[in-house]
Amino acid sequence: MSERAMPLWEVFIRSRNGLAHKHVGSVHAADAAMALQAARDVYTRRGEGLSLWVVPSSAITASDPAEKDMMFEPTGSKIYRHPTFYKVPDDVGNM
Amino acid sequence: MYTQGLLHAKDDDRAAPEPADRLARFQARIDAEEKIEPNDWMPEAYRRTLVRMISQHAHSEIVGMLPEGNWLTRAPSLRRKAALLAKVQDEGGHGLYLYAAAETLGVSREELMEQLLLGKAKYSSIFNYPTLSWADIGAIGWLVDGAAIMNQIPLCRCSYGPYARAMIRICKEESFHQRQGFEIMLTLARGTSEQKAMAQDALDRWWWPSLMMFGPSDTQSQHSDASLRWKIKRFSNDELRQKFVDATVPQGRFLGLAFPDADLRYDEAAGHWRFGAIDWAEFRAVLAGNGPCNRQRLAQRSAADERGRWVRAAATAHAEKRRARAAE
Ligand SMILES: [Fe+2]
Ligand SMILES: [Fe+2]
Repeated sequence: MSERAMPLWEVFIRSRNGLAHKHVGSVHAADAAMALQAARDVYTRRGEGLSLWVVPSSAITASDPAEKDMMFEPTGSKIYRHPTFYKVPDDVGNM
Repeated sequence: MYTQGLLHAKDDDRAAPEPADRLARFQARIDAEEKIEPNDWMPEAYRRTLVRMISQHAHSEIVGMLPEGNWLTRAPSLRRKAALLAKVQDEGGHGLYLYAAAETLGVSREELMEQLLLGKAKYSSIFNYPTLSWADIGAIGWLVDGAAIMNQIPLCRCSYGPYARAMIRICKEESFHQRQGFEIMLTLARGTSEQKAMAQDALDRWWWPSLMMFGPSDTQSQHSDASLRWKIKRFSNDELRQKFVDATVPQGRFLGLAFPDADLRYDEAAGHWRFGAIDWAEFRAVLAGNGPCNRQRLAQRSAADERGRWVRAAATAHAEKRRARAAE
């Protein structure tokens, strides 16, 4: 079994216009055109989408989950970024 | 389910000791119903259990295409043929979702496939039984997919994110499988006396193997405890088997068919259908490779792999040539 491993691609589907493409899974394929074909067969057998993206998995740079505190914690204390931080008198109505 | 709760932990479980505080933090995340994602820290035994379970499941989907594929060219009508073709294609898709989920744990699909073809990997015992008549296609959809659904619904809440997400997709697709099988059984059961006899014969042959799909009894299964604690599984083998029997017996009675179990009776007080003893010797024999079709299944799978080799080689060569040209 000295076959070369097929490259891995991540698959994204736009389920309908107006929505963003969403990650649905991955496929193995030799090139982009075949990855698109495989993604169509594997992930859209029941009208799941209108548009497909395939991206080489190796092209994705991901944050390290072990560093999630360092990455995301700082926003936790910035409550003034949320509308509820500000008091507006009821008389003013909806704002 | 197709995993059957076998998960043979034959390989070395004595890896480097893992720090108790990390293990405790991991268990706390599980207890808080947090999902574990691919790059998160996880105990080695958790990772290995999942690789075994997901790959057994993936292999089962792929090998499971064979008994049904056997009837594709002989389906009794175009409607039945189109439905069966769609179902078999779904099972191929299920296998691929699951191999992809397993790959997030650091094994490659090629390695897993190699283990299957070398006979080192397990797949569900049910697919080692032959499909002798068209009624078997009905019985498989109704019983085998029915049992699979029973097992897979709780797996949608599995603590490992990629497996849970694959299961959600799979469960959405399974329900048509069971319904098309039941419809076949119903049509036969309401047909001529020969057709009804075919349906009965299929139920006679598939009932017990379907119950075995849930794996060894809880008193025998060595892996249930850890899998339940890690919330990989949510119910034990026996609990799922009982749920399946309770759901299925009324359906079989609706069909007007008899279950091949003289001890089957309704336990009014408990609200459960009680069934007779399962022949675990048969189960073990099939798992050990001595079911009616074990050798044939692996031979078919190997032949498919072999015949596809030139296609994969050609695709890779073509991709390389285009890359080289683009670089010029
Ligand atoms: Fe399936
Ligand atoms: Fe299925």
